[in-house]
Amino acid sequence: MEILNQWAFIGIFFVLAPILPAVPIILAGVISPKKPNAIKQSTYECGVETVGDTWVQFKMQYYLYGLIFLIFDVEMVFLFPWALAYKQLDFAAFLAGLLFIFLLSDALVYAWRKKVLEWV
Amino acid sequence: MQCDNIINTLAPCLVQSGWNGDLANFISIFLGVVLVATFPLLVTIGLIWFERKFAARIQDRMGPNRVGPFGLLQPFADVIKLLGKENITPAGADKVIYNIAPPLMVMSVLLIWAVIPLTPIHVGMDLEIGALYFVSVASFGTLAVIFASWSSNNKYALLGAFRVVAQLISYEIPLAFALLVPVLLAGSMSLVDITNAQAGMWFVFMAPLSALLFFVSSQAETGRGPFDLLEAESELVAGFNIEYSGMKFALFFAGEFMHVFTNGVLMAVLFTGGYIGIGGIENSIPLLGLVFLLLKAFVWYLLALLVRNALPRVRIDQLMNFNWKFLVPVSIVNLVMMAFLFKVVQELGLAPAPGLENDFVANIPQTLVLFAGNVVLGLLILSVVRQNFRRERLEESAKSAIVPVGAGD
Repeated sequence: MEILNQWAFIGIFFVLAPILPAVPIILAGVISPKKPNAIKQSTYECGVETVGDTWVQFKMQYYLYGLIFLIFDVEMVFLFPWALAYKQLDFAAFLAGLLFIFLLSDALVYAWRKKVLEWV
Repeated sequence: MQCDNIINTLAPCLVQSGWNGDLANFISIFLGVVLVATFPLLVTIGLIWFERKFAARIQDRMGPNRVGPFGLLQPFADVIKLLGKENITPAGADKVIYNIAPPLMVMSVLLIWAVIPLTPIHVGMDLEIGALYFVSVASFGTLAVIFASWSSNNKYALLGAFRVVAQLISYEIPLAFALLVPVLLAGSMSLVDITNAQAGMWFVFMAPLSALLFFVSSQAETGRGPFDLLEAESELVAGFNIEYSGMKFALFFAGEFMHVFTNGVLMAVLFTGGYIGIGGIENSIPLLGLVFLLLKAFVWYLLALLVRNALPRVRIDQLMNFNWKFLVPVSIVNLVMMAFLFKVVQELGLAPAPGLENDFVANIPQTLVLFAGNVVLGLLILSVVRQNFRRERLEESAKSAIVPVGAGD
């Protein structure tokens, strides 16, 4: 119960945070006029009919950036505890952190050399 | 038990007057949540007016000046107008996800406020992993963008979203690397501890480069300033929110306005001492802490507005190159340098002695070392960039067919 009380704030916040902004939408839905028609609801495309499927294939580039992002995001999760305890650790902790960052910076250098970062 | 400080002792007071303990606890926490969550929403109403006025003055216009004195009531008039607007859902849209996206956008910003220390004794929740919590809830925004664009069944929206997601996830990396530096200096991820660690000296003097990196990448995270590619009107009509109208569209914008100010608050908490004022006055009058925090946040917010209005938009390839080839390497080198100097300072005994951490004078030696390190690194980066651009210029002029006059001699 004690731990529940501690985390209750975040729990209630997560429930309430989407509800608060949803209130004006619901309110607008109640009091605003509802006169839908086919033209009003058509997809916006500068006045012409949409051609083909909307969910088109996307550029390979975005996928590669996503992959590099994943590497660094995971690295970050490991670096947070290191930075947290850094004050109490000795100089070896710096070398360990340096090695870790160096190994993962390799990925960036590799991607750079392989011209993944060139926008084509 | 005294029942004068109602905010902190609501639950005990309710129990005293005969309430069930669990229910009293729930009510007090619930009211706390409502208080913390509505505060940024109310601030946003004022910000909308201020931002419009500020942008107008920069562009040599008057801005809102009809509704109320100085147009102060304009946001309220807008809300009333927006409430009367029809909710249009495009025919091909995925209705559930389409409607979830706008509240999710606001939610991603609101959740950050749960861990921000407002005054020395008032904080939503002093989470031990506050910094990590911020990084994780902030990425809800990316989710909201992809929800909005994918569900609205529009090619412009989808093309906009591809860019936005690439931009938002890319700039999260220098943001988090810059965030690591205050965590490292304070030795804690809790935002309260980070604030208290700055009682002697603000981190912006110890780590100016990290503050700059955090500022630039948070500007990109909001999709503001020179990085507003997600709503590049000239290319994508409106970007990811093209199919939204009325109140739903307004919520995307409210979320953006709030995000900019929240970034200012985060800059204040992480780098300029949050609620800490002059001479510890905020400890005797806690509410003054909130005033100090908002003042500092407002200065960062003004800077963000100035950057937004003064700089032209960058191209998408420039945007990605700036992040991956400049910000990410610089933030990594900056982190390594700060870690190294911080350890050196500790080993040499320049760090303030135990018990003196909050003393201004005791903090001066280590601040000087760290600041000098930042200046040297900054100059180094500038010279590398300058040489790089000079080489590029020379290569380009060598390639060009037009021989400059006098070059053939």
